[in-house]
Amino acid sequence: MGFAWTLVALAVVLALAWRFLGSYLAAVYQGRLTFLGWVERPVYRLLGVEPDAEQSWQRYAGALIVFSGVAVLLTYLLIRVQGSLPLNPQHLGAVPPALSWNTAVSFVTNTNWQNYAGESTMSYLSQMAALTVQQFVSAAVGIAVAVALVRGFARRGSPTIGNFWVDLVRGVLYVLVPIAFLAGIVFVGQGAVQTLAGPAVVHNHLTGFTQTIARGPVGFMEAIKELGTNGGGFFNANGAHPFENPTGVTNLLSVILILCIPVALTYAFGKMVGSVRQGAALLAAMGVIFCAWLAFTTVAESQPNPAVTASHAVAQHHGNMEGKESRFGPQSSSLYNVASTQTSTGSVDASADSFTPMGGFGMLTGMMLGEVSPGGVGSGLYTILLFAIITVFIGGLMIGRTPEYLGKKIQSREVKLAALAVLVMPIVVVAFTAVAVSVHAGRGGPLNSGPHGFTEILYAFTSQANNNGSAFAGLSGNSAFYNVAGGIAMLLGRFAIIVPTLALAGALAAKQVVPAGLGTFRTDKPLFVGLLIGVILIVGGLTFFPAAALGPLVEQFSHGRLF
Amino acid sequence: MLLHLRRSLVAALFFLVLCGLAYPLAGTGLAQVAFHHQANGSIGANGSSLIGQQWTGPRWFQGRPSATVGPTGSPSPYDAMASGASNLGPRSKVLASHVAARAAALRKEGITPTAGLVTSSGSGLDPDISPAAAYAQVGAVARARHLPVAAVRRLVTSHISPAQLGFLGEPVVNVLSLNEALASLR
Repeated sequence: MGFAWTLVALAVVLALAWRFLGSYLAAVYQGRLTFLGWVERPVYRLLGVEPDAEQSWQRYAGALIVFSGVAVLLTYLLIRVQGSLPLNPQHLGAVPPALSWNTAVSFVTNTNWQNYAGESTMSYLSQMAALTVQQFVSAAVGIAVAVALVRGFARRGSPTIGNFWVDLVRGVLYVLVPIAFLAGIVFVGQGAVQTLAGPAVVHNHLTGFTQTIARGPVGFMEAIKELGTNGGGFFNANGAHPFENPTGVTNLLSVILILCIPVALTYAFGKMVGSVRQGAALLAAMGVIFCAWLAFTTVAESQPNPAVTASHAVAQHHGNMEGKESRFGPQSSSLYNVASTQTSTGSVDASADSFTPMGGFGMLTGMMLGEVSPGGVGSGLYTILLFAIITVFIGGLMIGRTPEYLGKKIQSREVKLAALAVLVMPIVVVAFTAVAVSVHAGRGGPLNSGPHGFTEILYAFTSQANNNGSAFAGLSGNSAFYNVAGGIAMLLGRFAIIVPTLALAGALAAKQVVPAGLGTFRTDKPLFVGLLIGVILIVGGLTFFPAAALGPLVEQFSHGRLF
Repeated sequence: MLLHLRRSLVAALFFLVLCGLAYPLAGTGLAQVAFHHQANGSIGANGSSLIGQQWTGPRWFQGRPSATVGPTGSPSPYDAMASGASNLGPRSKVLASHVAARAAALRKEGITPTAGLVTSSGSGLDPDISPAAAYAQVGAVARARHLPVAAVRRLVTSHISPAQLGFLGEPVVNVLSLNEALASLR
């Protein structure tokens, strides 16, 4: 019963976030809010930006790419020289080059894939000034791209799609910093650590057991880790660690933070295109997929763990407890991990690698659908809008009519750009996985043998190409092969989608609006929602069914066999 | 291009100062004042109430198995400098044999194993066990300490933390506080 109330509480908070955070986001990105103008104006002066001067899609994309390149470089340099910088109580040395590359790309692309254990690799300064910074900035970049695309729909005959620098600065100042700061206070109040004092040594006088406990500036990083759908934790165990996610309250708060901006953006979208119903339709498609995946995964994790069953040692009344924390159990762990993989977050409060075959399948396929339900901050909205364009295109093919979406004619150029952006991720996942299982360096990665070992590799590239960051963590990813290949997969999965998306924004913004007629396919009705869900499932299903069959499906149906 | 580059550098430095220094340092200052105990790790007389410890022998309530691995790559249970799970898959032979061995060890101490007592936790530092796992150990602990079973059982019951607000997460027993109370039980 408790879990049902958890879901009710989540639904209520998200409904409020949809309505109120949504209209706040619209006001922020339409420039209607100016209460932080006193911080903004000096920043624009420093940047040499005229906040009212807008950019073409090419200049918008150019600024975004150059800024992200500089961010990769700066992050790389900071963790390479952390040994000579302050706030390093454990005297940790430089992060090795290949790992630094992977990590820098990972945090700049909003992925937060971690081939390192935070508590024994990163100094406090690196966690703060290199990684936490990108958790804010990469999230703001994601929202900026989504907003630019929405402007493409909302405007008519416009040569510009907004100003990247203004969108970036406003996202961080008005949205991310204030919400994260408030959430950080709750995390610390519940027990998350927030100190610069270095590890603590404790001695148990009853048993003589002595323990050195890693600490650090954790609680406030945790807040932006979830709010920005980043997922990169301070500790190796991520959200399972009691100092990151100490209680049931922080577990639900984490899920709320993960989902609130992606959900609210659909309201902001509706507001900006002049019809909240259009946003509600997208939210409905997201919600149906999310609820289906949550139900599937929670049921799967409430089943016994097959390996534990095979030991004939114990009854498993409450489901699969391997890799799970007592305070969360299978249900709350499923909720957290599903929220994390239906978005681009990738944080986990239980070991994904030890999920049941179908529980792991739920996490893996959540990402394979392109992370649209509700998806990462910004990336969820722009990805589902790409699918919406493909949906109206397919709908148009059925009746032999040029499709429209939100009054914009969807023509050859728009369909090509949307199809290109949607195909990047599957191609990267399938190609990189194929390479990894074909070369010695790739096959050396998995911890587990049999189909689960293959799933570890498939999961790694699915996660990185989707900028998710969760892992079947048995995979030894800290090798030259996985560091370099993973870095490339993350870059492609981010920017090879963002650039066509911005091109699409530019093409749409330049168009005039055609008035809706009798033959117009209504995109705020259940029929459209159903078709959109169908397109998302078919694209993901056709692409990934063979790969999933080799991994989790084989594992599920290998009754009585261990590997 | 050059203009983008200059702006990117300035913006990167601005965000470094705002989000990488001001935000976490302001948070640290506030946390140290408002939540001093929590912010420093919830540490009491015998350790942190949030970080599990290794308890050996029948005289103590045992926690979850821990899969943490020390710096040399060998098992080092409850190593709080190296959090992590076993990452063993759901059809892993290794996992099945670990579970069988843990269950046999518990049975030898007269404890009927529960699922939580033979499976390793997600962090390797789980400070809690389920109420069922605690009750399962009552008989063995009472025997080893020559205490009445009813008294030990009462102790467990009084140490159950219900789900927060009645519905968030699972009810648990904190192993450290239970054992601290056990030590002072006469």
